[in-house]
Amino acid sequence: MSTAVVTVNRGILRALNLRQKTLLIIGFTSLLLLTIVISSIFLGEESLQTNFGSKNLNPSLEHPFGTDWMGRDMFTRTLEGLGLSILIGAFASTISTILAIILGLLSSAGKMADSIISWLVDLFLSIPHLLLIIIISIGFGGGATGIIVGVALSHWTSLTRVVRAEIKQLKTQEYIQISRNLGKSKWWIATKHILPHLTPQIFLGTILMFPHAILHEASATFLGFGLSPHEPAIGIILSESMKYLSAGYWWLAFFPGLSLLIVVLAFDMIGDNLGKMMNPRSAHE
Amino acid sequence: MLDNKKIAGFIGKKILRLISLLIVVSFVSFMLIQFSPIDPVRAYIGEMPVSEEHKEKLEEYWGVNTPPQEKFLNWAGDVLKGNFGISLIYRMPVTDVIKEKFAASLTLMAASWLFSGVLGFILGIIAGMKKGTWIDKAIKTYCYVLAATPTFWLALILLMVFSVYLGWFPIGLSVPIGVTAENVTFFDWFLRLILPALTLSLLGVAQIALFTREKIIEVLSSDYVLFAKARGEKGSDLILRHGIRNVALPAITLQFLGFSELFGGTVLVEQVFSYPGIGQAAVAAGLRSDVPLLLGIVIVSACFVFFGNSIADVIYQFIDPRIKQQEASI
Repeated sequence: MSTAVVTVNRGILRALNLRQKTLLIIGFTSLLLLTIVISSIFLGEESLQTNFGSKNLNPSLEHPFGTDWMGRDMFTRTLEGLGLSILIGAFASTISTILAIILGLLSSAGKMADSIISWLVDLFLSIPHLLLIIIISIGFGGGATGIIVGVALSHWTSLTRVVRAEIKQLKTQEYIQISRNLGKSKWWIATKHILPHLTPQIFLGTILMFPHAILHEASATFLGFGLSPHEPAIGIILSESMKYLSAGYWWLAFFPGLSLLIVVLAFDMIGDNLGKMMNPRSAHE
Repeated sequence: MLDNKKIAGFIGKKILRLISLLIVVSFVSFMLIQFSPIDPVRAYIGEMPVSEEHKEKLEEYWGVNTPPQEKFLNWAGDVLKGNFGISLIYRMPVTDVIKEKFAASLTLMAASWLFSGVLGFILGIIAGMKKGTWIDKAIKTYCYVLAATPTFWLALILLMVFSVYLGWFPIGLSVPIGVTAENVTFFDWFLRLILPALTLSLLGVAQIALFTREKIIEVLSSDYVLFAKARGEKGSDLILRHGIRNVALPAITLQFLGFSELFGGTVLVEQVFSYPGIGQAAVAAGLRSDVPLLLGIVIVSACFVFFGNSIADVIYQFIDPRIKQQEASI
């Protein structure tokens, strides 16, 4: 293992230890994502103006991702779409995390509550995730609201399981039993003893939820359930590109999808690296 | 070892669980759709010109004015008799639509399930054996990238490369133009199966490969492998005798637990390749408010996922109870 690490650590990275390297990766990827979000907000509408003089252009220096059939710059559209995806992902993950914390804490309230919550988790996992999102989004009237609610209400299951397992393990600790014997209330124990231990897990769980939320939002939008066609979402861009595939306009699908992949990968990398640092066993490797 | 009582208890429990699950799933989905702004009469009529009188009849038929609970009981009663209603899009019984579409999807899912399982397992073993080398890193990177790849995008890329650019496979439409459905040859059908199955397989590899890799590394650092090495075993013999034997069953279990994701992937892939399966039917039903068909598909998909989980459970309970403990610790 150590020889492999040494051979990789050429150049600038040679001087850094794993912790510094991890921090560097986290910093760099976070910066990338932040840039995407901020630039998508500041780009605004006018940059997406149609220009029929320059439609269906190949990727070039002026239009790195090419242009579409209305002459809009695909790079700008992609950037806007990614920004929207990240924001929706952030919102949905936050809601799902809050749900997971509440349900996870509730499950520690008693045997009855615990079995109800594991039953609820099983129920949500019992139909394919994409189908679940579709049904919830239809139930909430479809469109942007439907899809956001659908994604937000369907990603809490795995984190709830983590929180529940963690609480179960914490509850066997001696200091919690002592606290209980001293007459502290359940609420006091939950907020003062258990919640602080859960915070890093929850933080990590939220970040790892992001990629799933973004991919699911894009998938459902691609299928036609999500955002309306005039929104610059990645799912919309890709489903539109399908009409132009046989015409050979490959860039309409290639670059937006690749960018989405990179964003998802960036979130995965941040999550994995944070996880490595938070885990005391691998933090000092 | 396997006493009949235990098996009977297991099956009984499973059936009870399935029944209770189906009741809740169908109730919740039914209510969700009921409270949505979908108008079933509008969806049924579509573009047809309809007289006021006819419309009232339809409203009565769809129960626009009956309370939701009653509507659910009516629907559930029919379902128990095996009548899922008439699909609005296909204008035929939902059971017939599902039978036809699900059979098509099942071929696709089975092909990619098998292929991704075998390929993932092999890649996982190679990566685990060569831990730390460039092969291991390449396989790991491949898996991480795949896990982040949008299914429908990969499908689009494969479609562009193999159908548009190289022209090896047809684009879209499951039946060649000018050929009726009955005259589709096995070869035509097979050609249309390849790309969707390939997409799903490539994506399905990631999880199983990473899992197998971890397990192989764990096995290779165990005492019994150390002992085997001390006896002079090495190379592929060692992996074959100790590695694969110990890793195969947990990997197969994991593959069965992935039915839910497989179904989701199928929905997306079918949409891109216009493969006439259950996924495409689900999307059409959702977009065009075909409530009976959508509910039918939800129920079938729940059964499908349940089936996969139950097989995994059988492996846990009867074949190797150790797996459950191992997976709980991950």
